[in-house]
Amino acid sequence: MTDVRVLAPTGMLGAGFPPETITRGLALGADVIAVDGGSTDSGPHYLGSGTAKTAAAAVTRDLRLLLRAAASAGIPLIVGSCGTSGTDSGVDWVAGMAHQILAEEGLSLRIATIYSEQQAASLAPDRIHPLPPAGELDPATLESCTHIVGMMGHEPIVAALEGGADVVLAGRATDTAIAAAVPLMRGFPAGPVWHAAKIVECGGQCTTNPRAGGVLATIDATGFTIEPLDPENACTPTSVAAHMLYETVNPFSMREPAGTIVVSGATYRAVDDRVVRVEGSRFEPAGQHTIKLEGARITGYETMSFTAIRDPHILGQIDTWAALLRKTIGEWVTRTLGLGDGDYAIDLRLYGYDAILDGIEPDRRPPREVGVMLLVHAADQPTATAVAKVANPLLLHLPTPDMNYLPSLAFATSPAETERGAVYEFVLNHVIDVDSPTSLFRIHLPEAADA
Amino acid sequence: MPETPTIADLALEVRSKNAGPFWVTMELFMRDTAGYEAVAFVDAPVIARLYGVDPATVQIFRLPALNVVKVSFPRPVSQGSLRDRDIHAGQHHVPLALLPVPTASADR
Repeated sequence: MTDVRVLAPTGMLGAGFPPETITRGLALGADVIAVDGGSTDSGPHYLGSGTAKTAAAAVTRDLRLLLRAAASAGIPLIVGSCGTSGTDSGVDWVAGMAHQILAEEGLSLRIATIYSEQQAASLAPDRIHPLPPAGELDPATLESCTHIVGMMGHEPIVAALEGGADVVLAGRATDTAIAAAVPLMRGFPAGPVWHAAKIVECGGQCTTNPRAGGVLATIDATGFTIEPLDPENACTPTSVAAHMLYETVNPFSMREPAGTIVVSGATYRAVDDRVVRVEGSRFEPAGQHTIKLEGARITGYETMSFTAIRDPHILGQIDTWAALLRKTIGEWVTRTLGLGDGDYAIDLRLYGYDAILDGIEPDRRPPREVGVMLLVHAADQPTATAVAKVANPLLLHLPTPDMNYLPSLAFATSPAETERGAVYEFVLNHVIDVDSPTSLFRIHLPEAADA
Repeated sequence: MPETPTIADLALEVRSKNAGPFWVTMELFMRDTAGYEAVAFVDAPVIARLYGVDPATVQIFRLPALNVVKVSFPRPVSQGSLRDRDIHAGQHHVPLALLPVPTASADR
């Protein structure tokens, strides 16, 4: 075999892709389909709660097309970071759908699952090291997490494929590991493999029209070529090189569990007007294999209220109004609930004025209308909601100091308050040294009954 | 083009995004070599002033082959916390994009 071809249909399972992306990829001789099922990018809620960002119906739709393709072409399907955060519940969620689809479609594919969730007590604190900007780990932080996952490299996925899997449903994995597994298993050089895996991790993001479906990477002994699966779409040297910038701190090197991808010497050449050739990528194996840990914990509970202002008189002095609102909420909450500053916290956001950039907003002209979001954070839900309810008459009627009547402002919904439930924060930005790249992961190989 | 062009005026695209939960990263995709040279003034102290962060934590990468300058620094507000108004950090490029380009470099 002189090359290996990786089909990346979409940046996220459940985000959707045109069916033609698959038929075209298979026609071009894809050897594996790799798709990411998650990310931390949408915030700590998903890991903290162990729930998915994507809709089950959307994941089922994508998965059905991918399972049919894998079965018809006889090539493996690899899904990483199942259920958004890659918790055990996320793997089980996707596995449940996959088994149901196989039964409905009458397909015989062997499914392996890989679990990446970690128990705080079994992680040795002296082997855990911080990544910038984090500090040394307080062992109590591990205990406080509702979920901790380790990010696997390609090795557990390779182990599952070698164990006979046609379909690998992985817990938390690096975005690149899922695309790198088959090419590395077949002996292609690590530099081009890892660089290609990074370029295809978001599907069409490395093309000139990211919404036009996926891409195919063809890796050989000296480099790789990359092309979009929509014949109208194009990869250009700039669109491919620019993808190394996307969501990375450093565009020249990226750490994986087994080493570092170094692309500072890579060259990007147009093969034609839609296909790009990349050579000169390197992979530097690390002396110590490390697994990145992600963990989230509950910080409290939130209740949200949202009103809006159109009255030009108030908008002309919106800062004064907002300061008065903050001060009055504090006074009323103390008076009616007996709570002080340490018992709750609020964030008052003036959408249409400076909500997004807050203190660094460069343009402070008076707005035409403003949405006022009040977020209340407290140790429990009833307290957060009580504070929001005490603030309700103020969000409805608070005047500016120079008004001698009570305005009525525009609540967006009834009831005005929405309970957001538990809220979370990411608290781990650390790696753990491991003796084996598979030791933290539980690989469930397909049983004969699945076949 | 306005008399004092902003970085956005000389760029194809200016964007920002999380780079993992603890970092924010921004890219200036400049139109041409002249635009790339005009943003040579974007350095750690400029970013630190604009975003209220410690200049020692700011990383700047220059990619002349792409006419790109990339800026990364630790996220000032924890992702998804009470004070986080931009979960993906996707709108935080704006203060940088609106920065006027110093006259000496704009005239080149």
